[in-house]
Amino acid sequence: MRHVAPTPPRRKLRVATASLAGCFGCHMSFLDIDERLLDLIDLVEFDRSPITDIKHCGPCDIGIIEGGVCNAENVHVLWELRANCKVLVALGACAVNGGLPAQRNHLDVGRCLTRVYRDRAGAAVPDDPELPLLLDKVRPLNEVVRIDFFIPGCPPSGDAIWKYLTDLISGRMPRLEHPMLHFD
Amino acid sequence: MTTNEAALDTVLADLLARHGRDPGRLLQILLDVQARFARVPPEAVPKLAAALCLPIGEVESTVEFYSFLSRTSVGEYRVLFSDNITDRMLGNLTIFDHMAKRLGVRAGEVSDDGLVSLDTTSCTGMCDQGPAILVNGIAVTRMTLRRADQVCELIRSRVPVAEWPADFFRVDHNIRRADMLLAADFTPGSALKAAIGLGRDRFLEEMRISNLRGRGGAGFTTAVKWEAARNAAGDERYIVCNADEGEPGTFKDRVLLQYYPERVFEGMALAAYVIGARHGLLYLRGEYLYLRPRLEEKLTELRALGVLGRSIFGVDDFAFDIEIHMGAGAYVCGEETALIESLEGKAGRPRIRPPFPVTSGYRGRPTVVNNVETLAKVSEIALNGGAWYRGYGTRQSTGTKILSVSGDCARPGIYEYPFGVRISQVLEDCGARRPRAVQISGASGQCLTPREFGRRIAFEDVPTAGALMIFGDHRDMFEVALNFARFFRHESCGFCTPCRVGTTIQAKIMDKIAAGHGTQYEMNELEHLHEVMRTASHCGLGQTAGQAIADTITEFRGDYEKRLARKDFEPAFDLDAALDRARDITGRDDADSRLVDEGWHARETTR
Repeated sequence: MRHVAPTPPRRKLRVATASLAGCFGCHMSFLDIDERLLDLIDLVEFDRSPITDIKHCGPCDIGIIEGGVCNAENVHVLWELRANCKVLVALGACAVNGGLPAQRNHLDVGRCLTRVYRDRAGAAVPDDPELPLLLDKVRPLNEVVRIDFFIPGCPPSGDAIWKYLTDLISGRMPRLEHPMLHFD
Repeated sequence: MTTNEAALDTVLADLLARHGRDPGRLLQILLDVQARFARVPPEAVPKLAAALCLPIGEVESTVEFYSFLSRTSVGEYRVLFSDNITDRMLGNLTIFDHMAKRLGVRAGEVSDDGLVSLDTTSCTGMCDQGPAILVNGIAVTRMTLRRADQVCELIRSRVPVAEWPADFFRVDHNIRRADMLLAADFTPGSALKAAIGLGRDRFLEEMRISNLRGRGGAGFTTAVKWEAARNAAGDERYIVCNADEGEPGTFKDRVLLQYYPERVFEGMALAAYVIGARHGLLYLRGEYLYLRPRLEEKLTELRALGVLGRSIFGVDDFAFDIEIHMGAGAYVCGEETALIESLEGKAGRPRIRPPFPVTSGYRGRPTVVNNVETLAKVSEIALNGGAWYRGYGTRQSTGTKILSVSGDCARPGIYEYPFGVRISQVLEDCGARRPRAVQISGASGQCLTPREFGRRIAFEDVPTAGALMIFGDHRDMFEVALNFARFFRHESCGFCTPCRVGTTIQAKIMDKIAAGHGTQYEMNELEHLHEVMRTASHCGLGQTAGQAIADTITEFRGDYEKRLARKDFEPAFDLDAALDRARDITGRDDADSRLVDEGWHARETTR
């Protein structure tokens, strides 16, 4: 892939990222932009993100979320990012469609919990308030908050993520052409 | 072997024999099975597959595809309410709820005693005399609460549908304006004799001069289609009459088939004469089952008159006969290649074109598929010549057009006008007071507002397949678009992703807006979806599925906006309620087990 240094913005943009009901594969793919991370760090600052380990985010320009919404905590994180980010991006299949975790959607969540916990000898369904409660269905992000951009893929390639971010940072309408959305 | 299975075997053996063990007649066989057992028993599928040398999957695919076939029983009496917007406007839902209560059955379900099921179906083509229902496939018109009570009583006392009062089944023609086609007298055989007098080439030349264009909506020149089929290589050719009039709000073909069948059949014979076809097929939509016995009688009469048969009117190499195939409740089968698939007994999925049916259609042979109205017009040209025909209408749209007018007007029904008539003229003639909008050419057509009523019905201006639904100034156009969105979700054949997924998302968004959870975000999504479906769908169904919504958003944005939540975004479901099940199982009721939206994430938009 041709290495294009994007036009730097007037100030460093703030970026937050989070993983909800996902496998962190999209974040790993994000790291696949490899040495371009060094270019990126000249253009942006990371706020809340697994990369920085900051737990809550402040006002940001771009929020990137992988994974769908499967429990109450996911909803809170999503709300927090939506409230703080000007542009919110659904990254990868789970964020866009619910993905693999959404395969439980045709099962009753109550039955799932009972089968896993109560039906085993001596066990009960955990009721610790520390544990987030499961939603009855796994939802894609755009069914819970407004989402501005969708990047499909399981995971989207590092190149696609780079192309998207550099377009956005340079003030162009982000576009991913067919080869970047082509997975077979 | 159980007695049931023995009974099934006997019925199947009989049906297979009657249909000549022809795999192409699978759909017809399945319709007979459905009529006999009120369902297609699962055991019948492998038996039919074996007898017809078809894969089980293909038989299942056909059973699953059509609305009028079902795996589970639909009861001794299957009551289907036509659910077009015009039926809605006539209050069909009140009657539906009333019947559901009286029969003690819920929508889409069968009563506990297996007696009756109640559900809705797409437009049954009775918009000028609705609300309409189908009882075991037969149309009952002009439903009222009183008539609903009578129907319930008849069902309860298990009176066979054939013995119900004849008035229930009365279907009027409601011809309000007759012009060159509807007003003319016609002697069966006269047009065919005239054409034979001219000879094949000269008659085709007359057709070309007439510039007759297809009345099904697309407006392809009929003579060009015929000529292409005549010149295509093939050992056998077919004429297909497309009587799958599924477009909501259209019912002109029903009137033509009920009151002018000899015109239509003779048109088929004329086409056969030109292209050298020996077989004709009339694909009749399932909703018009009530027409079938009369049409069969008509065919017998025409055979006796020598219009159909061998050596017709002394022409040695001219033999032609017509067979009727029934549809089974699939709108997409109005698309000609889907219709051909359906004629071949398969699920009605549109084919990839080219090859076009004129070179490779029914059973891979050259096939002409013409609309009922087009074929009815052919006899006029044979009798009076192309130049005469050309004298009516406009330059690019010759002759007359039959419009099916329904909705908010004093005189709904059939109106035949020369092409080029202004919409305002039609509205005046049918007694439409203060119309707010007119939906032309059904759910897939255009929505026009009063400032466009000066436009003309013609291929050069406002093309139409014939439907004209009128909405008075008290109507909410969002309701209209919602009805169409649900229609397309139901009717998408599922073959291509843009349409299969698009129509479902579109209907979900419309339902979300209807429930008051929509925001500007959904409005943008609707427009975006329309663009995706319009450009990426495989056939016309998906390409036009978002049209009515796009039109009503442009013209009647207020009807949408009054439903929007004053927020940036709102989920379609209750997030806290989505935790109910998990709260139940864990027995938790602490603060963290609640999802309270404090609204800080989704600021109210100021408007």
